[in-house]
Amino acid sequence: MNAILEVENVTKTFGGVVANNNVSLSVPKGAIIGLIGPNGSGKTTLFNSIVGYHPIDSGAVRFQGVELSRLRTPQIARLGLLRTFQQTRIFGKMNCVQNMQISLPHVDDGFATMLRRFPHEVTERAESLLEFVGLYAKRNLRAEDLSFGQQKLLEFAMALMNEPATLLLDEPTAGINPTLINGLIDRLKRANAEFGITLFVIEHNMRVIMNLAEHIYCLAHGELLADGPPDEIQSDQRVIDAYLGAH
Amino acid sequence: MNGGGKIALYLGLAVAALLVPQVPFLQPYLIQFAFLWVMILFAMTWDVMGGQMGYNSFGNIVFFGVGMYATAVVQRDLYFTVEEYANVAGGEQAALTPAEYLTGLALGMGIGGMLAVLIAAVLGSGILGLRGHYFAICTLGLGIAAGELASGWDYIGAGSGLVTPLLPDALGERGPFFYYVFLVLAVITFLVLKRLYAGQFGLAINAIRDDEDKADALGLHATRYKTVAWCVSGFFLALAGGVFGNLVIFIDPTDVAFAGPTFGVWMVLMAILGGKGTLWGPVIGATVFHLTQEFFWTYLFGWQRVALGLLIVVVVVFFPLGIVGWLRERWPQRFGEMVDEDARRVQVSLEGER
Amino acid sequence: MGNLEILIQAPIFSVQLLIDGLLVGSIFALAAYGMALLWGVMNIINISQGDYVILGGYVTLTLYNAGIHPLFGVPVAAVVLFFVGWAIYRVVIFRVVDRDLFISILATFGISILLQQLMDQIFGADIQSAESGLGTLFLFDDRVTVGQIKLVALAVVIVVSVSLVLFFKRSRMGQAIRATAQNARAARLMGINTDRVYAMTFAMNAAICGAAGALVVMTWVIQPFIGLAYTIRSFMIVVVAGLGNIAGVVAAALGLGAAEQFAAFLLGAEFQIGFVFGLLVVILLVRNMNLKRQRRVLK
Repeated sequence: MNAILEVENVTKTFGGVVANNNVSLSVPKGAIIGLIGPNGSGKTTLFNSIVGYHPIDSGAVRFQGVELSRLRTPQIARLGLLRTFQQTRIFGKMNCVQNMQISLPHVDDGFATMLRRFPHEVTERAESLLEFVGLYAKRNLRAEDLSFGQQKLLEFAMALMNEPATLLLDEPTAGINPTLINGLIDRLKRANAEFGITLFVIEHNMRVIMNLAEHIYCLAHGELLADGPPDEIQSDQRVIDAYLGAH
Repeated sequence: MNGGGKIALYLGLAVAALLVPQVPFLQPYLIQFAFLWVMILFAMTWDVMGGQMGYNSFGNIVFFGVGMYATAVVQRDLYFTVEEYANVAGGEQAALTPAEYLTGLALGMGIGGMLAVLIAAVLGSGILGLRGHYFAICTLGLGIAAGELASGWDYIGAGSGLVTPLLPDALGERGPFFYYVFLVLAVITFLVLKRLYAGQFGLAINAIRDDEDKADALGLHATRYKTVAWCVSGFFLALAGGVFGNLVIFIDPTDVAFAGPTFGVWMVLMAILGGKGTLWGPVIGATVFHLTQEFFWTYLFGWQRVALGLLIVVVVVFFPLGIVGWLRERWPQRFGEMVDEDARRVQVSLEGER
Repeated sequence: MGNLEILIQAPIFSVQLLIDGLLVGSIFALAAYGMALLWGVMNIINISQGDYVILGGYVTLTLYNAGIHPLFGVPVAAVVLFFVGWAIYRVVIFRVVDRDLFISILATFGISILLQQLMDQIFGADIQSAESGLGTLFLFDDRVTVGQIKLVALAVVIVVSVSLVLFFKRSRMGQAIRATAQNARAARLMGINTDRVYAMTFAMNAAICGAAGALVVMTWVIQPFIGLAYTIRSFMIVVVAGLGNIAGVVAAALGLGAAEQFAAFLLGAEFQIGFVFGLLVVILLVRNMNLKRQRRVLK
């Protein structure tokens, strides 16, 4: 397996607080990898470091062999490494289809693309992806009128529209109605299998992550605590201690 | 509205606008009508930034002033030296042939427009990095600083202002001439903006308005869009400024060119009154504002500026959606939008409810 | 720039400019402190800030014209402006507190225009000032002059500042304001009437500006339309100092006062206002560039 995303010895501090300390991990191409850890263990900070939200203090992040730590968020996104937000972010005053249209990949954008109108195929693709996440009936609604869970699904569909090679998902099931979670897991797996998108997922819901990921990393206090296949992690004493606060 | 009705409406408006100078009892008011087009230009160009992109600029007046001064200076320096011009402007006006006048005006507007684009691009690279109220207040400072600078620069007449050449008689009355020039300018601006909003540009700047961080995270070239938006806005404002200087003949640095407390505030107010972030809102807002101002404000005897402050407060606090925005909230279907009250409450079924 | 040579030839002029600047700056500090208070507690940037200063000046001027010593204007202007501020909160501001920041900026902008034009209608557009009748101090062999009223003004600023600090530390209302600033929702849950806190904050800010205005009319001049410059100065000072940093506000205000005096001397007095607004643009851009290295922006 060759890694599509490699994080090497990344350290990030805020003032005196060490949010990530010497974290190394790798995400193989085509895999679904999980990232868990108690609240405040530095999971989202690591995501932010990877996609260039803030500069890292030391270490390296490579995506398909390209060093990311000097690039800015939009450049990284155009390389095909995309993230979704824990606090779902969509374009509230625009309708769902418009949200999808503006999420087209922007790699080849020049000044002429500014004038581009969206051809029928784009709208069709947008609608089929909305159907994929179950939002087709809501496609003409303003995004801000959707419920929180629906917005989450919209954000996921927007990410798919962007045709990323790798997608970082920050708690995709948080705030989603429990009865819908199985459906979402299914969608995530299908996105991975059918569209070939590598997934790197932060998740608090153990049942979800055990079901979804083939390999799991566990962070605690900003440091990598353990990693391994789901069943191994599940029975790892250090992980259990970290979650129960015995650390 | 269906396609046929829309075309009929556009045609009707065009014919009405073209016929105004032919109506005898409106002829004394043609200058006021020319002002109306200027107001519409103000509101439309402000709305590109403030309404569609969410970058509330108090400094767009800078481009207006730059275009005005650039045009006037080109008109002056093309045919005169500064001293000569000062002499003829003081006594009998500089008499230009129609060809000279139009050449100067066109060339000046072209240079003014390009200068505005250049300034928007250069300043924008720094100022457009600011967000929210920092952007608003920074542009406010920019507008006033520009006026103060112009007041101290002798080459452009400093505090005593600059006089533009008079319209040669051969080109007809001032009223119809400037009416048509501003009409054409306003229509072109409207059509260009309409076209820009219809494509990716429109969606992109709307996305920047709604959540710029998200737009960044999707790989959108946000900085490029913001800069182009300001350049477009500045370009048309500069053209308008160039003609406006010729309409009012005398350019005062702070009362006409960089008139932040009047024009600079009006453009914001008119766009909000009509409905910011909509295509027709600024047009309607400017029309309503200008007509009420013309018909009603003369009876306020000097208190109209007090009333302006009051009007801003009332519109912003009680009517922030504006006329078109309010209509759209009220009858969303008419604007091709769908709103589903239930959608705010009910979770969607993942199994696709077709 | 010819004046630069004067400064090099006779450095004593710098001392004069520095003293004038620091004394003026201490008045800026008052208005800036009020702005930081509103910004921190209510998340409102008050564009009409400077107009309260000018209005305070006119209150004092009215007393002065009635034959009362302008120093009494300080408390009177503070009280009058307190009620003006309270009224403005009750009519307009409470409707915009929790809304989009731009709405509050525009609303206060409207109030600013309203106040300016009212003052213009009532008091006229002329530049005016009130004579304190106090003498002038001569220092360094009479080469540096300091109006005694400016020293009195400094003393007033110090007294007002100290009482404000005490108010926020000791009084029940002061604590409620601080609690609301940290977390309005939690404060509401703890039984604090945040609406009252906001009204109080807004009124107090106006009162502080009013007192500052009384000092301005005695040490300098007022005119209906120069309020915006005080707003911009206050904003700049708060941006440089940061919210909730009193020492920083004072330092930045004194620095700005001195910088303005030097700029006015070197560039010519007609460029002083231009300098203030130009400096605002520069400061914001520089701050933003520094943040950009952290991949953050001013927002």
